[in-house]
Amino acid sequence: MSREFRPSPWLGRFALLSAVATLLLLGIGGVVTSRGAGMAVPDWPTSYGYNMFFFPFSYWMGGIFYEHSHRLLASFVGLLVVALTRWLGGRASRRPLAIIGIIELVAGIVLVQMGPDWKGTGHFLAGIGGVVLLAAAAWFRNVPAPKPLPLLGWIAFFGVQFQGLLGGLRVVLFKNEIGIFHATLAQLFFVLICLIALLSSPLWPRFRQWTAPSTSGFRGLVTAMTGIILLQLIIGATMRHQHAGLAIPDFPLAYGQWWPAIDSESVATYNSQRLEVTAQNPITAAHVVLQMIHRMVAVLILFGVGFVTVRAWRRLGSKHPFTRICLAWSGLMLVQATLGAATIWSNKAADLATAHVIFGALSLALGGLASFLAFQPSQQVQPVITPVAGTVPRASLGQHPSGAMGTI
Amino acid sequence: MKNTLFTLAAAALAMNLASAGDITGTITLKGAPPKERDITPLKNDPNCGKFHSTMPTTKFYVVGGKSELADVVVSLEGITGKSTGPAATPVIMDQKNCIYVPQILAVQTGQKILVKNSDPVLHNVHATPTVAGNPEDNKAQMPGGADLTFSYPKAEEFVRFKCDVHPWMFAWVSVLDHPYFDVSKADGTFKIANVPPGKYKLKASHRKAGVVTQDVEVTADGAKVELAMDAK
Repeated sequence: MSREFRPSPWLGRFALLSAVATLLLLGIGGVVTSRGAGMAVPDWPTSYGYNMFFFPFSYWMGGIFYEHSHRLLASFVGLLVVALTRWLGGRASRRPLAIIGIIELVAGIVLVQMGPDWKGTGHFLAGIGGVVLLAAAAWFRNVPAPKPLPLLGWIAFFGVQFQGLLGGLRVVLFKNEIGIFHATLAQLFFVLICLIALLSSPLWPRFRQWTAPSTSGFRGLVTAMTGIILLQLIIGATMRHQHAGLAIPDFPLAYGQWWPAIDSESVATYNSQRLEVTAQNPITAAHVVLQMIHRMVAVLILFGVGFVTVRAWRRLGSKHPFTRICLAWSGLMLVQATLGAATIWSNKAADLATAHVIFGALSLALGGLASFLAFQPSQQVQPVITPVAGTVPRASLGQHPSGAMGTI
Repeated sequence: MKNTLFTLAAAALAMNLASAGDITGTITLKGAPPKERDITPLKNDPNCGKFHSTMPTTKFYVVGGKSELADVVVSLEGITGKSTGPAATPVIMDQKNCIYVPQILAVQTGQKILVKNSDPVLHNVHATPTVAGNPEDNKAQMPGGADLTFSYPKAEEFVRFKCDVHPWMFAWVSVLDHPYFDVSKADGTFKIANVPPGKYKLKASHRKAGVVTQDVEVTADGAKVELAMDAK
């Protein structure tokens, strides 16, 4: 007898826990980059030759503390996501999980047999395989969550493993480009987990009422702003992973001008005049230009999200939940802009730079969820305003129970 | 016949060395250097801070009482393929009190750089060359661990060595394709030994003061050079 999916508050809470853990992981990842500690543990997946889970605490010093904490928290998030995948996928997910788990376990054992160089990697892979197998072996005969949650779970499942691999490859291949990709994927992964948390929440049917019945223009605007925020985060990740510190040390001016000189002589002077306390790469003209673009895109986002908010307010009213989402989005952007400026004024203090990364992630996640809501089929409500002769009945455009007009 | 040729070549080499001279000189700094910065993270570090009773500072401009400038890599330009490579005596860079000693080095291509760890704490030694052919490497070094060996096949100015565990630790190694170089001492002096007679361009490179070049003619009596660099 087939059973129906019953929304469980625990699934929503578990997904929320996964989202919080992911944000924490993002934050620690930000700390690792802000403190230049990404290479403090030269090997991966081992840590100074130890299995990472048995790395002696007495060695957790300096940059190792941040990098190793990042690795351990990443493993915890991986564990959560495997469980989430199993939960969302229901009993139907057991077989694919078992197959993947066996493949990873066997591959891990083979690697261990290949010699000491591969032993750490083998143990790590076999460990992941074991966890996946354990999830497959879980006897719960739960019904799969409604679409598209099982699919989103699988995307998260593969995403988290790929993300872990990218983090490891960054360490052993010395590639900043991988670091940039790793940082960007982390932001997208966070949006995905937030979306899963939203859809798996028992309150989702209520959240759905928040949908703004909107025009394609408005949907496009919200999505475009989210896309620009993503672009901004990629620019930010590129700047951070150059490991060159602040390419421009002042704000709002840049080397005392609205547009700084970027000829080779000027750049050589910039490098000569800064006395680095921590190891930083020399800045280049490209770094300076990148930071100027980052500043300009920040202004565009600030005004763009502000415009979206004003438009939602004017057309939906101040009490409409979607307007409130937009207000929160604008608030985040203001905080984010302030943090960006403070990062420069503090000469890139690690805590401020990291907060800038975290608020960037929150801005993207909220934008992503707002875009998702904007594309949901509108929840039409009955007109409550009696048309006046000779006027267009406003409520016929779709109106929220709050009384505000619903199309923007 | 072979023996005769060998003898002639050896004699020519001996004569060349006999007529080779030393380039000696002093480097001074013009202008006041910027104030060095406190290395607060080092002082605040629970493991490394205890090695320093006073606040350690950066050492970009090591300047003597008479403006003598140390840590300048002085070398002859335009000479390639003269490196004695692995046969050259290895140079030593130590990690002492969580600081690299010395902070500026110069080696030949292929010459070994031995990195020691005299600290009771672990370090990672992360070399980040940028010239193609010089490999980036990152090695762990436990307290009392064996010396780590690095060497580079390509010439490159100021290869950075750093410790990511202790991010204030960094040093710079210039790699040259010949043995005609020196790093200026605390009194600003340098000596490039056994330079064959001829006209050369002498290049002085400092991490912050930039580059100064000067023509020099070396005779059997050597050459003496005075160089001045501007504080930035």
